[in-house]
Amino acid sequence: MQAPPPVHCPGLESEQAGLVSACAGCPNQSICSDPNKKLEDPGKALVAAALKDVKHKLLILSGKGGVGKSTVTTLLTRYLARSCPDKNFGVLDIDICGPSQPRLLGAVGENVHQSGSGWSPVGIDDNVCLMSIGFLLGSVDDAIIWRGPKKNGMIRQFLSEVDWGTLDLLLLDTPPGTSDEHLSVVSYLRDDNAPDSVRAIIVTTPQEVALLDVRKEINFCKKQRIPIVGVIENMSSFRCGHCGNSSEIFPAKTGGAAAMCAEMEVPLLGSLPLDPNVAKACDAGEDITAIRNPTTEALADICGKIVSSF
Amino acid sequence: MLDKVKNVIVVLSGKGGVGKSTVSTQLALALRETGYKVGLLDIDLCGPSVPYLLGLEGSDIYQCDEGWVPIYTDETKTLAVMSIGFLLKSRDDPVIWRGPKKTVMIKQFLTDVKWEELDYLIIDTPPGTSDEHITVMECMREVPCTGAVLVTTPQGVALDDVRKEITFCKKTGIKLLGIVENMSGFVCPHCTTCTNIFSSNGGVELANFAQVPHLGTLPIDPRMGVLVGSTSSVLSHLPDSSTAQVMRHIVQQLAAATAQPQEITA
Repeated sequence: MQAPPPVHCPGLESEQAGLVSACAGCPNQSICSDPNKKLEDPGKALVAAALKDVKHKLLILSGKGGVGKSTVTTLLTRYLARSCPDKNFGVLDIDICGPSQPRLLGAVGENVHQSGSGWSPVGIDDNVCLMSIGFLLGSVDDAIIWRGPKKNGMIRQFLSEVDWGTLDLLLLDTPPGTSDEHLSVVSYLRDDNAPDSVRAIIVTTPQEVALLDVRKEINFCKKQRIPIVGVIENMSSFRCGHCGNSSEIFPAKTGGAAAMCAEMEVPLLGSLPLDPNVAKACDAGEDITAIRNPTTEALADICGKIVSSF
Repeated sequence: MLDKVKNVIVVLSGKGGVGKSTVSTQLALALRETGYKVGLLDIDLCGPSVPYLLGLEGSDIYQCDEGWVPIYTDETKTLAVMSIGFLLKSRDDPVIWRGPKKTVMIKQFLTDVKWEELDYLIIDTPPGTSDEHITVMECMREVPCTGAVLVTTPQGVALDDVRKEITFCKKTGIKLLGIVENMSGFVCPHCTTCTNIFSSNGGVELANFAQVPHLGTLPIDPRMGVLVGSTSSVLSHLPDSSTAQVMRHIVQQLAAATAQPQEITA
């Protein structure tokens, strides 16, 4: 049994930790109030050791759900892997409650094997491997009904006990929000000696209800000192397959991602159109990066900007 | 807790961005239009959308002896709204909280808000099956007449997550009132061809598969965008649209399922 935190707990990160009136009587008060006693999570050293041969880490973030974080992760991975065949790429899906990567990368039903050096990620291509909690579930219907601490434990295991080997880039697909998963992954990966080793790409759609949450995510990155490579606007326009005219399904009433990027002072990497063929291919786990269409052309441009930022 | 509330409906989906908040707000507005007194509680703490969707951003929450007073959309006091969005100084402020703090906040929303007599309290949730959901379900054990409405889009990648949410409802013993399929087809305004951008019929198939009622299928309708930022219901604003027809049908089914004695007048 774990004691519930006091109702007005300021949180460990707060400067007020252990000092406000609500802390009186809390068994953790002495630990919280003494800055010297704030011990570093022992997991951090394990993660650093396990990922020592991973050159770059890229978080794919968005405050909002369903904007295409997983689809963008898949498209970027596939495109980069195709254009840089001599580099190695890894994908880690840290969306514990709703893992989508196994389906999008066409690996549903695969199994993760355990060896002496840890879990072996599932090979997708010659130079792409994937780890997701989806591989550990017996059926698609199985729900992960976990509170934060268990999710954090899982993420730590994914980072420290998976045999990633030598990777040039590890892409981390995240759930929506600014909560446990995000705080955990940032605290395990952030290296103050190499601040550029972990960076973030933000995905959004053009409408204000999405931008509202995405601004929060950008401020999250700023507060957590994670450099932002840029913003990708997804589902920006829809071209009718019948008459060829474009429609804005999610209208950018407030100027879309471009206006938000200018306001928040982050670069805009590009826009991906809303393409039913991409949606279909993603559901089937097919690779569309070999085909030439407006999506892959936009993708080529975006990937070029990402590669040149390294 | 929630002593004066007759029915609680939780709007859930394993997947994000499928329209939980849009369905929640339109459901609340449609129920109000039908003559009920409605409350709308937004427990998506990291990404609250309800204040923006109803045009209530910048409203302040006041405290009275009995607790926080929810925001009323007009003088009739037929729609009461509560969201963490009303408690943030700036709309860009992130809420960077781990589970335990979120749990405390949600319990406060359920116990410390002065909800008046309500026929329905609609609870809008974040995606997933984690802290927020577990907390709400734990609290719901003490409240009668509860059911869940699941929102999904038709494509496989969303259905995978919604299937997990069905398992969650079964495990936690909450009654499933039905599934709403959103963003089903898009009718091109230039040539009226219907394209199923995110495929189609996934919600119907899921409802059959899980043996849960299928409440309705909502199309992608860019005209719905004009309702954002206002408290007008699609029932009164676009009464002939297929969205309004489906919404009306959903309200009827929910009213029947929650066995409200009042007549449906819309």
